[in-house]
Amino acid sequence: MLDTHALVHDFLNKLKRRKIEGSKGTAKLTAELLRTVISQQRIPNTNQAGALVDAIKAIGEQLVAANPVELAVGNVVRRVLHIIREEDLSLMTSAIGGPSLSVISDDENDVDRDDYPVLSAAAVAASARNALRAPSLQTLLEDMSHSAAVHHSSSSVDDSEEKTKSTDKNSRSRKLKHNVIETVNELIQDIAACHEQIAEQAVEHIHHNEIILTLGSSRTVIEFLCAAKEKKRSFRVFVAEGAPRYEGHILAKELIGRGLQTTVITDSAVFAMISRVNMVIVGAHAVMANGGVIAPVGLNMVALAAQRHAVPFVVLAGIHKLCPLYPHKPEVLLNELRAPSELLDFGEFSNCMDSSTGTGFPLLHVANPAFDYVPPKLVSLFITDNGGHNPSYMYRLIADYYSADDLVLQRKPAS
Amino acid sequence: MEPRRPSRVIDPKVRKVGFFTPGPPPDRTRSGPAATTPTRNQSPVSNSLSPVMIPPARHASDNLSRAVGMPVPVASQLHAHPPADSLQVGSYTPSDSVISASPTRSPSSRIGLDGEFSEDSINWMKRSNSGRISAARPTGGPDLKQSVEALINVAEGNKPGTTSGMSAPAQTSKPVNKPNQKKDGPPMVSSTIVPERKGGDKPPEKDRKKDMPPPRMQFDDKSRVEKAKKRSVTKQTEARNRVELFRHLPQYERGNQLSDLESKFFQLDHVHPAVYKVGLQFLAGDIMWSNTRCIAMLQAFQKVIEDYSTPSEKTLARDLTSKINSSVSFLIECRPLSISMGNAIRFLKSRIAKITLAQTESEAKTFLCSDIDRYINEKIVLADKVIVRHAVTKIRDGDVLLTYGSSSLVEMILLHAHELRRQFRVVVVDSRPNLEGQQLLRRLVEKGFSCTYTHINAVSYIMHEVTRIFLGAASVLSNGTVYSTVGTACIAMVAHAHHVPVLICCESYKFHERVQLDSICNPDAIAKVPGRTNNCLDDWAGKENLQLLNLAYDVTPSDYVSMIVTEHGMIPPTSVPVIVREYGREHLLI
Repeated sequence: MLDTHALVHDFLNKLKRRKIEGSKGTAKLTAELLRTVISQQRIPNTNQAGALVDAIKAIGEQLVAANPVELAVGNVVRRVLHIIREEDLSLMTSAIGGPSLSVISDDENDVDRDDYPVLSAAAVAASARNALRAPSLQTLLEDMSHSAAVHHSSSSVDDSEEKTKSTDKNSRSRKLKHNVIETVNELIQDIAACHEQIAEQAVEHIHHNEIILTLGSSRTVIEFLCAAKEKKRSFRVFVAEGAPRYEGHILAKELIGRGLQTTVITDSAVFAMISRVNMVIVGAHAVMANGGVIAPVGLNMVALAAQRHAVPFVVLAGIHKLCPLYPHKPEVLLNELRAPSELLDFGEFSNCMDSSTGTGFPLLHVANPAFDYVPPKLVSLFITDNGGHNPSYMYRLIADYYSADDLVLQRKPAS
Repeated sequence: MEPRRPSRVIDPKVRKVGFFTPGPPPDRTRSGPAATTPTRNQSPVSNSLSPVMIPPARHASDNLSRAVGMPVPVASQLHAHPPADSLQVGSYTPSDSVISASPTRSPSSRIGLDGEFSEDSINWMKRSNSGRISAARPTGGPDLKQSVEALINVAEGNKPGTTSGMSAPAQTSKPVNKPNQKKDGPPMVSSTIVPERKGGDKPPEKDRKKDMPPPRMQFDDKSRVEKAKKRSVTKQTEARNRVELFRHLPQYERGNQLSDLESKFFQLDHVHPAVYKVGLQFLAGDIMWSNTRCIAMLQAFQKVIEDYSTPSEKTLARDLTSKINSSVSFLIECRPLSISMGNAIRFLKSRIAKITLAQTESEAKTFLCSDIDRYINEKIVLADKVIVRHAVTKIRDGDVLLTYGSSSLVEMILLHAHELRRQFRVVVVDSRPNLEGQQLLRRLVEKGFSCTYTHINAVSYIMHEVTRIFLGAASVLSNGTVYSTVGTACIAMVAHAHHVPVLICCESYKFHERVQLDSICNPDAIAKVPGRTNNCLDDWAGKENLQLLNLAYDVTPSDYVSMIVTEHGMIPPTSVPVIVREYGREHLLI
């Protein structure tokens, strides 16, 4: 346990100090960390799922608090929680259906066994409904009754049955953990492979003699464009620099290394150039439940220009970037202000700052936001690992990957 | 690396945008001098001051050059007319004679210039088309006879109003050029020209239709560019890795010409040193904004006028106009004109043309200088004051004003509002590669403003706090579109999306009824990011797939603009053509 504590602490520090950035990197690390936590977590025999969920939630809360803007962390935490619940659910359904050889037929056992499946069926039905419904009073009650029933069943057996049941539950718990870890491994693989899956769809969208505009730099976009290039599509790329980090330069260098015709333009020239452009393809930092995009700064401007000139605005995003939250005032709340030194050298302005009149508030404020919010109506298409979607469809994908119970990661106060 | 392509300098033979003052008189290096003579008449006509020339000249010149045969020997006789003619040139030699390789061609060049003057004054006065003149000439028929007639017509046109110096070469050309010509041709045609001159100052109604801009220099036509290159003073190196989308504009690299020109300072005596200095300043980027450029140019012209002395056998008006022309062409080579500068040049030439013979030279010169002063004062200085007074009424307490880049007019507005003790904040938005907002920011902070500084990408973030936007403009076109520093359109667009009013502050002398684009600037400015050690695009020229594009201007559609503040008042963008119509002509007619 100490091991995991140290690991978690280490990761938290890196997040807080922004040493780790980028949704893919953080998502992968979060998933790996949670996998370690799960494998090392000692879970009680009863209600293992609940125990796991609690443990993950506790850690997840801290991770999200360390960097609230890095939504991928919260996404992965919620994904893992969903995995736990799902695996638990599927184990229970298989327990109901298949014969369990370890159960000794006994009166009490029969009673228990009879009791159990009835409750399990209800629990199954409830869980099935849960996937489509927000937490409601009914699910809460069913949860409580379920755990009560389990408790009841466990308390009403004698030693021999206890032993059998405990072995039964032990094997089931081992199975739960095992399944969960397997699925988390799959999740990690998916995160790592999202680029390839998105790039496979490149050929459908990029045709011949097109001009594509992009801003800043994104690995997904690079892979996307190169995949189209490999399929012998000829097209040109305009890259806007993406001040103040000038990642556009890096992207341009990368693209010409792979043999694409590239032109670098300044961000201010985007409106002037967009009329000559066929399509805008960009990456995203996060995708919100309403279809809005948290993107590198400057992309709202590009999206508006694209709308004005009726140019399709395509966003490439892996599913790990899909956040089940709806944004409220995202320009401010889901944004990060970086150092002003990227824009202004302090030395240049120190002399004129001295002549401040001392009115109390600073005379010179430098705003250097890191992200921009692009509302869903400006986005034409999302391309994700599993295909292309409308922005209005993104909320449905949430049901596939997240459970309604996990939207709020704060644990309920211990009663 | 790509082979160097010919540099793209404006070819005066080819059509140019209206107020572009003409390039140096045409190339001596053409094969047939007489073939070029008529073309020179046509093309310098088209290039000269009148902004409304529609030269079909191109076709005629092509045709004429095909019809070489006869004129060549004829013209060579013309050339053989050496010393008498060349002496008449006077102290001021046209720029061609310096540029051209062979000095023997100066006579023909002078003739061409003479033709140019007459066409010039005639046409400019009328604001009518050389299309008219060329309509008198056959456009389709490559008839040698007709083309020479054209030359004669022009020469005839000289007669009514000019000195003997002009008619002498005309007359020398006439007998030489017309061995086989019909004698009745010229008088008939000249009679059509003379009534034009007598027509009065207002262009006749039917000429207004021809008020269209001539098409622009085609930089993607290699042959033209080749010829232009040979003629140019400044050696512009062709940009490596040109952007294909902008092949119709000059793309060149800066930096080489400065040292070149500096070394030539004492050799080029056709260009007045004041003009030369201003040109170098433009080239080096020391003078940046259209108002300052315009004022600097006009003051340089004042010096030119003061130092000018009319050579014998010439009129002040025509000679001075040609001198101004050559100065302007030099300035164009350094940096293409802005619209305001074009309007100022038009005004100046109209003034020069109004000089009558009755005035003595010194009177004329003082008259011109005071006119220039008055123009600068009225159109720029006073206009700015009136605009500031109008705009300040739109600033209220508690406002958050956004401005982009560095506009002198907007700065004046802010300072004035500050003096009036209005409480407001300023947001300065800046962009690469010039980062001119930092200068404005420094000045504002020193004066005690409370400022916020961002880069253009963050405009969506900051727009929530902003209540009004003040922007400057390089020009406003007649459909209400604003032509201004690149990035203005983005700002206006985001403002429109957030329902923030956009006010453009622009003097009315910058209004224009046409569209023009400045050239693409130095692309190296993008590759180098100041303050960073690992510029990964340092060797961008070496990579053949990579191009850098550094646009200087962009165009903001009129629906993003809420209001335009001019000295005539605050108008919606739809009223711009009204201002152009009502107030545009008046300065010409003063």
